[in-house]
This record gives sequence, structure tokens and C-alpha cells, in this order.
Amino acid sequence: MSLWEYANPVKFIRTTDMVLPWISVLAVLCLVTGLIWGFFFTPEDYRQGSTVKIIYLHVPSALMAINAWMMMLVASIIWIVRRHHVSALAARAAAPVGAVMTLIALATGALWGQPMWGTWWAWDPRLTSFLILFLFYLGYIALWSAIEDDDTAADLSSILCLVGSVFAVLSRYAVNFWNQGLHQGASLSLDKEENVADVFYFPLLVCIAGFVLLFVALVFLRTQTEIRARRTRALIAREQRG
Amino acid sequence: MRALLARDLRLAVRAGGGFGLGLSFFLIVTVLVPFGVGPETALLTRIAPGILWIGALLACLLSLDRILALDWEDGTLDLLATAPLPMEGIVSVKALAHWITTGLPLVLAAPVLGVLLNLAPGGYLWVLVSLAVGTPALSVIGTFGAALTIGLKRGGLLLSLLVLPLYVPTLIFGAEVARRGAEELDVATPLMLLAGISFGAVALLPFASAAVLRINLR
Amino acid sequence: MMPDLGKYAGVVLSSYVVALGLIVALVAVSIWRARRVKAALEQVEKRSKRDG
Repeated sequence: MSLWEYANPVKFIRTTDMVLPWISVLAVLCLVTGLIWGFFFTPEDYRQGSTVKIIYLHVPSALMAINAWMMMLVASIIWIVRRHHVSALAARAAAPVGAVMTLIALATGALWGQPMWGTWWAWDPRLTSFLILFLFYLGYIALWSAIEDDDTAADLSSILCLVGSVFAVLSRYAVNFWNQGLHQGASLSLDKEENVADVFYFPLLVCIAGFVLLFVALVFLRTQTEIRARRTRALIAREQRG
Repeated sequence: MRALLARDLRLAVRAGGGFGLGLSFFLIVTVLVPFGVGPETALLTRIAPGILWIGALLACLLSLDRILALDWEDGTLDLLATAPLPMEGIVSVKALAHWITTGLPLVLAAPVLGVLLNLAPGGYLWVLVSLAVGTPALSVIGTFGAALTIGLKRGGLLLSLLVLPLYVPTLIFGAEVARRGAEELDVATPLMLLAGISFGAVALLPFASAAVLRINLR
Repeated sequence: MMPDLGKYAGVVLSSYVVALGLIVALVAVSIWRARRVKAALEQVEKRSKRDG
């Protein structure tokens, strides 16, 4: 029994079919608990007022925006090295989810920035990097959908993912160099004392768990869809051939 | 490889499009900017380095699909792939030819166009230097994008979507060098970072482009 | 029931609406496409079994 057994599409679909309902229920449970806890039962921040409630959407979505790209990077490398189709399709399935997460992080960030910094948008390093990340997602999705042959599309987009990752990191540092920011530093880290206060911290953790589970559930579902779509195309092609 | 380079250059010169098109596009962009933001000289002086960089970048982008598309259409690329040249070499030569026909004229034209935008006197040298250091990276990255989209019928738009985010670091450091140069500040740090990106891209990206081309030729 | 959001009510509420709207849309699209593709595959498989 090894991880690679799940590279078999049939096995992947059977296993994920089994766990998908549990993950979905758990995701909804975490999201509902976390968001209700955060929205109704946390105090206002003494400086930021009620806008602090946006943190329960902003931080988890931003986190997932980056993690989704990391997951795509790993899946792309697995595809290039071991050529498991499920891996390539999982990367394809994750891209739109990551793009939506980036969009949520940008939108909630803009809405939060308006009252706090007095502007919807500032060319701040973090904001700019996220915008660039969003552009990378768009390019990746566009490349996938533009190429008809499945294997070629998987190959090309995984190479784009690798090259894109390098340039995304470069852009991050370039942007840092280019402009100093308004955005605060990390609000969650294990070794620092300047984290957010506990009242905000625990509901935030629940929300993050909810977003992670939601992401996993969506990627499983969408990967299944991609596998089935691919099989449908293959069957139709076989019919037409003879 | 030298023969291939000579052939590419000859083709570009004969077709006439290579030099002319990119340069005239660059000229038009720089002429349009004052129409857009107004003829105030102080403002133009301030934004001139950035405009020159963006103009050069767009002109470079415009000519990217010519790098490989023609050779792909008439089958030359298939022949080259079977030749005893490594694919990485072919890709590098293509990028070099693109830089000589598009990048180099842009570098040389930038100071002249700087006059139109009332560039600060200290800026001419640094605009020239930053473009000279930065445009090879643009050509190499562009070749990668061109290789990715080569088999697609309407690849042009997708090419821009793929390549422009990759241009971000080069643009940031390049424009920063030009801006600091124009304001007579110290340019060493961004210039070194820009050179780092250029050298890194020239050294590593041909491998990615070659891998992509091999997949597309399969 | 509703907490007092003060002067930032509009901003906070609209960010929740935007974010939840996007998430719901994403989930809906994923599920809708999953159903459609599943149905299409079943149809094709049935056909190929009958013929072959």
C-alpha cells in the first residue's frame, strides 16, 4: 500500500467518493462555526472597529491562494517525473479554486483597506504580489483550456507552472524592493508574540480549517470531473475511429 | 548554429517587418503618452523612464510570435529538430536573433525617444544601459512564451497573457534603474538585480523552452 | 441578534457577501459540471457497451 496507488484513476475515484461526503460536511461545519463565531461572538478591535471581522475571510483565502499554487507546483512536478494522469488533472482542477481564493483575498482586502487606509487599492507589495499571482492563475487556466490534446496540455501547463513559480517568487521580491507597504506583517506565526489576540485567533483557526477542507473537497470533486471528462473524450474518440 | 543565426537575421532583414514594426510601435507609444497625460514637461520628465521601459516591453511583445511561428508553419522547425543541433541551442539562437532584430534597435532608439518625453539629462545613459541589460531577458522569456503557444491558432492573445506576468520582475528592476538614473541616485543595486535576472533567464530558460518545443513537436 | 457593526457595517457586510458569493458560485459550478460530465460519461459508456 503506497501513495502511488491513488495514481490509478479508478482507485482515485472510488476512494475520493468514499471520503468526499465526510470532508464536505466537515468543511461546511468548520466554515459555518468559524464564520458565525467570528461574525457574531467576537468583540470589536479597539482600533479597527468591526472591520476586524473581515479577517475570518481575508486571511484564510489568502493562505489558500498561495497553498493552491504550491499544490499545483507539487502536482506538476509529480506529473513531469512520474507521469500519473491524476496528478496533472488535479493541478488543472485546483487552478480555478486558487484563482477564486486569490480574488476573494483581493476583494476583501480592498474592502478592508478602504476604511483603514483610506483607499481601495494601494500599490503595496503584498497587494501587488497577489494581483500578479492572480494573473499567473489566469494564464495557467487559459493555457490549459486552449490546447486540445490532453497530454500536451498537461505537459505544457506543468512546465509553465514550474517557470511561473520561479517568476512569482522573483516578482514577490522585486515588488518588495519597489515599494514599501502599508500592509501589516504576518498575523499568524508560531514563534512571534505579536500575533492577533486570542479572541480573534481561535475562530480564525476554525475558519482556516474550513477553507482548507473546502479546498480539498473541491479539488477532489473537480479532479473526478476532469478524469471523467477525459475518459468521455477518449471513448468518443474510439467510437469515431471505428 | 552560426548558419542558423545568419539565416534568421537575413530573413528578418528581407521581410523588413522585424526592425521596422517594433521600432515604429515604440515610436507611436511614446508619441501617444503625452496625448494621454498632457504636455506638461515636468510630469513627462518624471514618467519618461517608465514610459520608455513599457514602450520597449510592448514593442518586444508585439514581435514575439514571429520568433517561431513562421518556422513552425513551413516545417523548418521539424527539420531543425532532426538536425544534430541540441534543441536548447536552436532556442537560444532564435532568442538571440529576436534580440538583435528587435531588442537592440529598441535599446538604441530609446534615448532618441527620450528627447520627446523630455527625459532628465542624467537619464539617457541609464535608460540605454538598463534596456541593454534587460532586453535579453525579455527576448528569452518571450521565446519561452512563443514556444508554449506555437501550436495554437489564436495564440497571440494567450501569448500576451502568459508572457506579461513573467515580465514583471524585469520591468520593475529595469524601470527602477532608469528612474534612479534620471534622478541621479545610486543605481548599483537594481542594476545588479536586473543583470542577475537577465543572466539567470538566459542561462536557464532555454532548457524550459526546448522542453516545451519538444512536446509541441511530438 | 445582529451585532452592532457601527459605521463600518457596509464594508464588513459587503466583504462577507462578496466572499461567500464567490465561494458559493465556485461550489455550484463545480457540482454542476461534475453532474454533467458524469452523466455524459455514463451515456457514452452505455453506448460503447451496447455496441461492443
